[in-house]
Amino acid sequence: MSSPAESYPTALEVEDLTVAYADQPVLWDVDLHVPTGAKMAIVGPNGAGKSTLIKAAMGLVSPVAGEVRVFGRAREAVRGDIAYVPQRSSLEWDFPTDVLDVVTMGTYGQIGWFRRAGAQQRDQALAALATVGMEAYSSRPIAQLSGGQQQRVLLARALVQGAEIYMLDEPFQGVDAPTERAIVDVLDTLADEGKTIIVVHHDLQTVAEYFDHVLLLNVRAIDSGPVDQVFTEENLRLTFGGRVGVLAQSAVNEA
Amino acid sequence: MDFFTDYTLRIVALGSGVLGATAGALGSFAVLRRQSLLGDAVSHSALPGIALAFLLTGSKTPLIIMIGAALTGWLATLVVRAIVTRSRVPFDSALGIVLAVFFGLGLVLLTYIQKQPNAAQAGLESYLFGQAAALLRQDVVVMAALGAVALTILTMLWKEFKLLSFDEAFGVSLGFSMSRLDGVLTGLLVVAIVIGLQTVGVVLMSAMIVAPGAAARQWTRRLGPMVVLAAAIGTAAGVGGAVASSVVPRLPTGPTIVMILSVVVAVSLLFAPGRGLVGRWFRLGRLRQAPQLDPVLIHLYALSLHHEDDPGHGHGEAVLRTMSSRDADVPGALAALQSKGLALQLPDGLWAPTELGRREARRALEREGGEGL
Repeated sequence: MSSPAESYPTALEVEDLTVAYADQPVLWDVDLHVPTGAKMAIVGPNGAGKSTLIKAAMGLVSPVAGEVRVFGRAREAVRGDIAYVPQRSSLEWDFPTDVLDVVTMGTYGQIGWFRRAGAQQRDQALAALATVGMEAYSSRPIAQLSGGQQQRVLLARALVQGAEIYMLDEPFQGVDAPTERAIVDVLDTLADEGKTIIVVHHDLQTVAEYFDHVLLLNVRAIDSGPVDQVFTEENLRLTFGGRVGVLAQSAVNEA
Repeated sequence: MDFFTDYTLRIVALGSGVLGATAGALGSFAVLRRQSLLGDAVSHSALPGIALAFLLTGSKTPLIIMIGAALTGWLATLVVRAIVTRSRVPFDSALGIVLAVFFGLGLVLLTYIQKQPNAAQAGLESYLFGQAAALLRQDVVVMAALGAVALTILTMLWKEFKLLSFDEAFGVSLGFSMSRLDGVLTGLLVVAIVIGLQTVGVVLMSAMIVAPGAAARQWTRRLGPMVVLAAAIGTAAGVGGAVASSVVPRLPTGPTIVMILSVVVAVSLLFAPGRGLVGRWFRLGRLRQAPQLDPVLIHLYALSLHHEDDPGHGHGEAVLRTMSSRDADVPGALAALQSKGLALQLPDGLWAPTELGRREARRALEREGGEGL
């Protein structure tokens, strides 16, 4: 696959994005530039519109106003270049299928309409499962997975797409320590390959450890950029309001 | 009566079987998408179409009646969709509203038709509960053709429908038009319902859609077998109902089919391995005796805290047994911990927590209130 990543410095540009649910603005006039190859966390309080932002960037919700460009082009033109990992809890895990089948869904975009997944797609899916340490579970019904295993399966499904941009919605929510480690390792590997990673993240303590860029969001974009410049106590206070005592510890120490 | 010699029975059984297969296969997706009520709304909404088709053409030819039924059934799904997207009324309430309005309109039209001084109108009310005995050869041919088309489309769009049912947002992110797929799947559901109008009728049709899928879901963990099994259950119930109503005098076919389906669903909910209520009840009992991993891991972690400088220091199984409750299966728990990579048996037979295990233990302690050790 051709890689537009090498030719264009900004993976994702969001301009003047406003999204409303039933007249209530969820995102207000948000601007965001994600440099190609960045590992960006989207951080903000509950109801700040974090998930909505990546859904709008994916075209899953339609904005009231604003524009989204991917590698400088309209999003529709580069759909296969963005892999999306939805919130684990948004899915019906009782669905009658197995792990390999779910991961194979990541290849459906390449296969296109009507045709079925074949041996090549099966091998791709198995390789992605191995990357997340789940190769032993390929024939396991998804109803029998733990929360951490579910998350790994969703990550493997995104890996199979071989995309340039990865958008993950709360991948660390309620997963065990080994899974968190495994996800971080996979994201690091992707970043080393020059892929762009955007993660809705809730744990302020690990922002500086896991990411190099951050967006502080509370309906409006408070600030965004490299973690060491943007992830400051001042900005956290602007984003989260009160409760600064707890937050202050997680801000970057300019030591 | 003999199945192989009685012409009427063969026609009725064939029609009911075709209906059962189509409704069962397509209904599986309605069940998985938690849209069971959609079938109910569509089938009730077919009634005004049946009446209007007769009023406008003066004909009771099944094909014309079917077209009328399909049009208002389809219109009902469009109205439901419009209500959901343009207002804050939730999906199930929208279904309820549309079902009541369309069905009420259908009953009004039906009453109006019956008051007409014209003998041709007789029999339209049989579409309420179906009248399988009146099926003709050409009706079954139409039903079979429609069923074959619906099932062919289902097979062609198999992976797309699976995506739609499991993770619609992901499908959109891959570039598939999920709203168009939703329209096609709903359209196929309308076809399945139209097939069943003469046999089962608009009132009981939703059972043909929901019951086979709900029963099949209990027996398998894969989509393919589930859909095939649902089609088989639907076929068996259809043929079974046809045969039963031909053997027992004055037993109506449609309601009998639905009764057979109800029994299959009840048995599946209770006794299916894995998901059945009876099996689940037994498993819960066994779970209560399963080894608890957390306590043993935490004991191991507590012991390792005495050797800060050497967290890999080993500890004997006997020590852990004295720390654990009397009926705890310590060796079993240790083996399970090792297989999960949380604990490690050293060459000298002693046990130590791994780095991972110590972190998990710390987490477990935090979960329980973090009183520490």
